[in-house]
Amino acid sequence: MERAKLDFWVGLFVLAGFAALLGLALKVGNMSSFSSAPTYNVQADFNNIGSLKVRAPIKSAGVVVGRVSAIRFDNQNFEATVTLTLDGQYQFPKDTSAAIMTSGLLGEQFVALDAGGDVKNLATGDKIKITQSAVVLENLISQFLYNKASDAPKTDAAQTPTQGTQP
Amino acid sequence: MKSQPNVVSRIGHGVIDSIWRLGSAARFLGQVLWRSGLSWRRFQLIMNEVYASGVLSLIIIVVSGLFVGMVLGLQGYQTLQTYGTEQSLGVLVALSLVRELGPVVAALLFASRAGSAITAEVGLMKTTEQLKAMEMMAVDPIARVIAPRFWAGVISMPLLAAIFSIVGVFGGYLVGVVLIGVDDGAFWSQMQAAVDVRNDVLNGVIKSVVFGFAITTIALFEGYDAMPTAEGISRATTRTVVTSSLAILALDFVLTAFMFKGI
Repeated sequence: MERAKLDFWVGLFVLAGFAALLGLALKVGNMSSFSSAPTYNVQADFNNIGSLKVRAPIKSAGVVVGRVSAIRFDNQNFEATVTLTLDGQYQFPKDTSAAIMTSGLLGEQFVALDAGGDVKNLATGDKIKITQSAVVLENLISQFLYNKASDAPKTDAAQTPTQGTQP
Repeated sequence: MKSQPNVVSRIGHGVIDSIWRLGSAARFLGQVLWRSGLSWRRFQLIMNEVYASGVLSLIIIVVSGLFVGMVLGLQGYQTLQTYGTEQSLGVLVALSLVRELGPVVAALLFASRAGSAITAEVGLMKTTEQLKAMEMMAVDPIARVIAPRFWAGVISMPLLAAIFSIVGVFGGYLVGVVLIGVDDGAFWSQMQAAVDVRNDVLNGVIKSVVFGFAITTIALFEGYDAMPTAEGISRATTRTVVTSSLAILALDFVLTAFMFKGI
């Protein structure tokens, strides 16, 4: 009698433990969106991927359609080759373009796909030809400063001759 | 003058003694693993120990998990609010619980709640010569007493850690969403987007299994190796809690360095 009672509590404990694991997987984790649906891989070359990470989302029109599965450096073209794993239920035309965007001002980076107009669809092993690299903040700032700096003397130079010729 | 060599020899003795103990602990673990066949055939033995170390630890695990989660919710909100990102509260609570606090705090509690009990029990069995009596009756004390406690700890620990994490997430939800008023949908959806089943949840489970292994090995060895006196048992119990807490924290660092290297 005593033994059966104890077994009941042990059973309840094990049940609670597995329920907690299941809860962690389903409610806290993303097991529910973890589908074994068919996927296909597409490659894209970027001049600069910024801080794009493996497993970063791929979005089209803001909807997640896949994940980045691999990033490697192509030593022939000196570019980054990013492997995009797209969900099989989403098909994109062959002339789809890929761009690396940032969510928010300082958020994580993701790959944005912009669908083209080709009749043929992308398939495994295809390469996305039109790509746009990540915006590097330092380059942007230095470009801005350079433009500013090159603007400033030009206006000065434009002004001095007029001043010189006026009298 | 005379105390000088005494100190040196005492340090040397301490070092040699600890190496000796490490060796016999490794041999002890090997014996437990080798002779645990009987305890799996008589599963009732393991069940009884799961009750003693797992089920009876449940209350302290649930209560402290709830409070740790609630504190995380409060503190996380204070910090995130200054950056206007209080929506990520769910991510903060869930990731810190699933990756670190769940396994580690549950293991620390398990070491002081169940580990000390195991050491005291086995130590008293040794002191009152029950283990020797078993050997006299041709009952293997390692297979009959030690191995069931070992496997019960290894089974209970991941379950307790998972319960701790889920209760903690619930505590964070209580404080963050119900009390403070963070948006309910953002709390869960950002959490689900950030927590990965393989990288986070599974690694937490692996951690807690390793901790269960370490705690029960230390607790059983200290009990088995205790001086057969009242003072010896008290020392062994203290050593169990201290050594297993240190082992948990050190192992946690090593495991974290392995698991979350590239992320």
